[in-house]
Amino acid sequence: MKKGYFGEFGGCFVPELLMPPLMELEQAMADILPSEAFQSELHGLLKHFAGRATPLTFCPALSRELGFELWLKREDLLHTGAHKINNTLGQALLAKYMGKSALIAETGAGQHGVATAAAAARLGLRCTVYMGAEDVERQSANVRRMKLLGAEVHPIESGSRTLKDAINAALRAWISEQHDTHYCFGTAAGPYPFPDLVREFQSVIGREARAQMLEHTGAFPDYVVAAVGGGSNAIGMFVPFVPDTGVKLIGVEAGGTGRPGCLHSAAINLGRPGVLHGEYTMLLQDEHGQIQPSSSISAGLDYPGVGPEHAFLHSTGRVKYGIAFDHEALAAFQKLCRSEGILPALESSHALAYVLEHRGEFEPNSRVLVNLSGRGDKDMDIIGRALGD
Amino acid sequence: MHILEERIRAAKAGGRLALIPFVTAGFPSRESFWGIIRELDEAGADIIEIGVPFSDPVADGPVVEAASLRALESGVTLRGIMEELRAHKGELKAALVLMGYMNPFLQYGLERFAEEAALAGVHGVIVPDLPLDEAGEMRRILHERGLALIALVGPNTPEERMRLYAEVSEGYVYVVSVMGTTGERGKLPPEVPQVLERARKAFALPVALGFGLKRPEQLEALPPDCRPDAAVFGSSLLRYLDAGGRAGDFMAQWTRRTA
Repeated sequence: MKKGYFGEFGGCFVPELLMPPLMELEQAMADILPSEAFQSELHGLLKHFAGRATPLTFCPALSRELGFELWLKREDLLHTGAHKINNTLGQALLAKYMGKSALIAETGAGQHGVATAAAAARLGLRCTVYMGAEDVERQSANVRRMKLLGAEVHPIESGSRTLKDAINAALRAWISEQHDTHYCFGTAAGPYPFPDLVREFQSVIGREARAQMLEHTGAFPDYVVAAVGGGSNAIGMFVPFVPDTGVKLIGVEAGGTGRPGCLHSAAINLGRPGVLHGEYTMLLQDEHGQIQPSSSISAGLDYPGVGPEHAFLHSTGRVKYGIAFDHEALAAFQKLCRSEGILPALESSHALAYVLEHRGEFEPNSRVLVNLSGRGDKDMDIIGRALGD
Repeated sequence: MHILEERIRAAKAGGRLALIPFVTAGFPSRESFWGIIRELDEAGADIIEIGVPFSDPVADGPVVEAASLRALESGVTLRGIMEELRAHKGELKAALVLMGYMNPFLQYGLERFAEEAALAGVHGVIVPDLPLDEAGEMRRILHERGLALIALVGPNTPEERMRLYAEVSEGYVYVVSVMGTTGERGKLPPEVPQVLERARKAFALPVALGFGLKRPEQLEALPPDCRPDAAVFGSSLLRYLDAGGRAGDFMAQWTRRTA
C-alpha cells in the first residue's frame, strides 16, 4: 500500500508549505512514540489525569428488553467528558517532546477544543482554538470552558461558519506558525500522518474494551457499534477488533432529520470520493466537486467528510456503516437515561439508536458492545429544545 | 521549451519583468469577467492565471477566498469556465494558466479536463493542494496534452526538495514569498532573497514570485542579482477591481516601473 493510504483512500493533499511540518510530525512519530519515556508519561497522564481505564458497563434492563447482552464502553466518564482527551493528551505530549510551545486546534461542538485546552494547560503549552462563528454562538458553554482553561478562541466567519471552515482556518494558521506550533488535529482524518496519529492515541479504547470483554464474559463481543462523524472514537474502538473476523463491526453515521432531501452527515452512505482537508475520502459534495454543508442534531457528527480508514473499511466490507436519524438518537438518549441511569452524548446516542432500531438484526443472546464515546451534559440545551421542554 | 517558459524568457530578453495577473473566474461579475481578461492582455500581461473557485480554499487568504465564494454563488463552474475559454480561444496574446484546488478537477475527470483545457487554449495548471508526492498522475495526464503542472515552493522548502520538483517540472516555478496564504503584504519577508537564490540553484526554469505582492517597489527593494523573472499578483488586483478600478490602470503601475 502507498505510504499514507488505506487502499485508495487517504494521502496528503496540502499546500507545499505544510509538507515540512507534516514530515517533521511523521519523523517525530517514528522517533518519539515508541520510546519508553513517552509511553510511560502518556500512560501516567491517561491514568491519573484523564481517568483511564474506563469501565465496561453491562446494561441489565435494556439487555432483558432487547434479548441480547448490551455492554457499554464508558468513554463518557473521562475528564472533559468524552474520548477526545485520549488524543489531545497524546498529541500535546508529543508536541512537548518535539520542542513546540503552542497548540492550535479546530473544534466543531467544542469538545475537542475543550480537551485540547485542558491538555495544553496541564502540559504548559499555549493554545489557540479555531471555531466556526455559528458554533461559537450555539456552543457558548464550551467556549467559556476553553477560555477558562486558558485557550484563545478565534471565531471563523468565512464559508459556512462551522467545523469545516474552522479546519481551513487552522490549516492556514499552521502555515505561518509551524516553527513553534503543533496542529492538534481532532479526528482520525486530515492529511497523513494525522489519521495514523489519532488512531494510535484512540485505539486504547478498543484495546481496553477487548480485554475487558474477555475478562467479564470470557469471549469477544459478537458486535461492536460506534458512531462515526470524522470517526476517531469508532476507529479507536474498531482497529483492535479488525483482525478478530468473528466480531461484526458497525459504524453509525448521522442521517439528519430524515425528511426527503434533508442535509445530513452520512458521507460514507450517501457521499462520493473526493479531496478535502488533505485527504482523499468519502465526501458530501455537489456534481462540480464543491463541498456541501452537513447537518446533524449531534454537533460532533456534523462534518461533510470522514476519516480515510473508515472509507477503506467500508470498501472492503470489514465494517458495515448504517445510519441513525436525529429523532432516533433522541429516543435512544431518553431510553438510556431512564433504563440505565446514564446520560449519553448525542453522538453516542446515534450508535445506541442503531442498536435499538435494528434490534432484529442482532442474534438473540449475542454480546453487543457500544462505544459510549461521551456524556450528554453538553447537549442539554439542544435536547431541551428538541423535546420541547 | 514549454510555451510558459518561452513567454517569461521573452520578457526577460526584452529587459522586462514578466507580469502574471491572477483573477478568479467570474470576478467581479460573470458579465464583466472576460472584459477584464482582455484589458489585462492588452495592458501587457505575459501570462494570465484564472482562478477556478472552490468552497474550501486552504491556501488562500480572505480576498481570494471571498472572490471564490462569490463566484460559486453566481454559478461559476469548471465546465462554464472551459466553455467560456473555448468561445474566446485565440483572442489573447498572453498565455493562460488555470489555478484551482484538486477536487473540482478530480470530479470533472482528469483526462477529460486535460483534453478540454488543451483545446480551450490553456497552457498550464496550478493546484495549490497537490504537493509533489501526490502529483504524479495529474502531471503525467497534463503533460500528455502539452500542459505544464506548475511547481509551488516556499520559504520552508529545502533545496533538495526543490530539486525533486525541478526534475519533473516545466513552465516556470512559482515561489511563494511568505509563510502564509495569498494576500497582499506591505513588505516582503527578509528571507525572500535566500528563497529566490535557492530556487535559482535548484531550477533551470524561470522563477515567478507571488503571494503578498502589492507594489513594484517591493521587488525593487530586492538585491538586483536575485530578483525574480516574473511577478504574480492576485489579491491586490482583485481588491483594485472590486473598488471599481480598471485592470489596465492596475497593470500600468507595474509596466511603467518594469519597462
